[in-house]
Amino acid sequence: MLRPFEIHEPTSIAEASRLLADHGEDAAVYAGGTELILVMKEGLAHFRHLVDIKTIPGLETIAYDGAVLRLGALATHRAIERSAVVGRHAPLLASVASQVANPRVRNVGTLGGNLCFAEPHSDLGTLCVAWDAVIVLARDGEERSVPADRFFTGVLETVREPDEVLVRVELRPFGPGTGGAYQRFAMHERPTAGVAAVVATRGGVIQHGRIAIGSVGPMPVRASEAEAMLAGAPLRDEALREAAKAVGRHAEVMDDLYGSAAYKRHVLTVLAARALREAVACAREEDA
Amino acid sequence: MAPQGGEVAPRRELALIVNGRPAVARIEPRELLLDFLRNRLGLTGAKRSCDVQVCGACTVLVDDRPVSACCFLAYEARGRQVTTIEGLAEAGHLHPLQEAFIEHGAIQCGFCTPGMILTALTLLREVPTPSPDQVRTYLKGSLCRCTGYWKIIDAVVDAGRRMARAEAARR
Repeated sequence: MLRPFEIHEPTSIAEASRLLADHGEDAAVYAGGTELILVMKEGLAHFRHLVDIKTIPGLETIAYDGAVLRLGALATHRAIERSAVVGRHAPLLASVASQVANPRVRNVGTLGGNLCFAEPHSDLGTLCVAWDAVIVLARDGEERSVPADRFFTGVLETVREPDEVLVRVELRPFGPGTGGAYQRFAMHERPTAGVAAVVATRGGVIQHGRIAIGSVGPMPVRASEAEAMLAGAPLRDEALREAAKAVGRHAEVMDDLYGSAAYKRHVLTVLAARALREAVACAREEDA
Repeated sequence: MAPQGGEVAPRRELALIVNGRPAVARIEPRELLLDFLRNRLGLTGAKRSCDVQVCGACTVLVDDRPVSACCFLAYEARGRQVTTIEGLAEAGHLHPLQEAFIEHGAIQCGFCTPGMILTALTLLREVPTPSPDQVRTYLKGSLCRCTGYWKIIDAVVDAGRRMARAEAARR
């Protein structure tokens, strides 16, 4: 059974931030609760004050302004999966959101919660890192933007300060000649390994490729060796295959209950090849 | 149960609709929807099983969407409509999904059945006549340790067809 706690219902970011500052380590931001209530139930963490940010209006908004797709922190996986705006400008994100856990978790769990909790086996974290998503954190009267690949700092750890609230995630839809893909292997609710790739091509040449690997280490990270191999490479399957091998070879991988390090390294190589090929196929479609 | 370590949190009023009827109680913020339904309202259709929102046995609908009541605070249901398996039959007639589960032998021990049926119901509202594959994908997070799933999938596909036919006949 859960130990007692109080729920606070702020109506603004400033109020939420003040509550978080006042209660310090005794407080947690409470959004969907699919991760937080679980760890509190299991006795792995306890907070006497939950700051429910669902009482702050507007944090679930999803909007596109012609250049940037803005996803409010409280957008649920289901809302993202079914949003017409996301389907039109970032179908890859909708597809990844539709694969998170199960329908119950997708109805309740939020994008912001998923990222802030920083569980290492997050699909969305990996995708955001490859996509160069911008994560916007706010406290009383000020906002700061953090690139997704600098947001995660370790298992369940991010650069978010205790009195900050993740308010939205910003993504730029892929332009002409650019495509993206996410491939994962999951036997259970959470993936054993995930690879996200975004590849920009022009005239038969790969301009650059961004690759992120997730679920295999403490946090999603870029596969920089493989990325370096892709930059300027001819748009041929051999280049993708070699880069995929480099993803597996250079990855920092932890053993856990989802698989041994050697196994995950192999799975990463396979997934990276699939993700790169799919991203290139999308890039060709975008070009056509 | 007495709070541990003498800690207390203020109670708050919870008003919601359960299976079409208003319910009001004073709850502690930590009370889970599953305990609220089972212990206070005696609605024991939703089961506590894995207790970590993986198996689906505790599934109930909140505003027509499935949630894991084992990890969902009762507080979150304030002002909302909750549907449990007990709320599906109308005027003594089982819901077509319930009938299909019985006819297809999709029930063995029955522990997962309430969650399976409520989850399937939300699928049929979105995809009225799903393919077996669509059912399989949507029910992936609902575990059954008896049937081997085939009969459950058959039952949901069949119920979808029956409901669609009944709907067409009404028009």
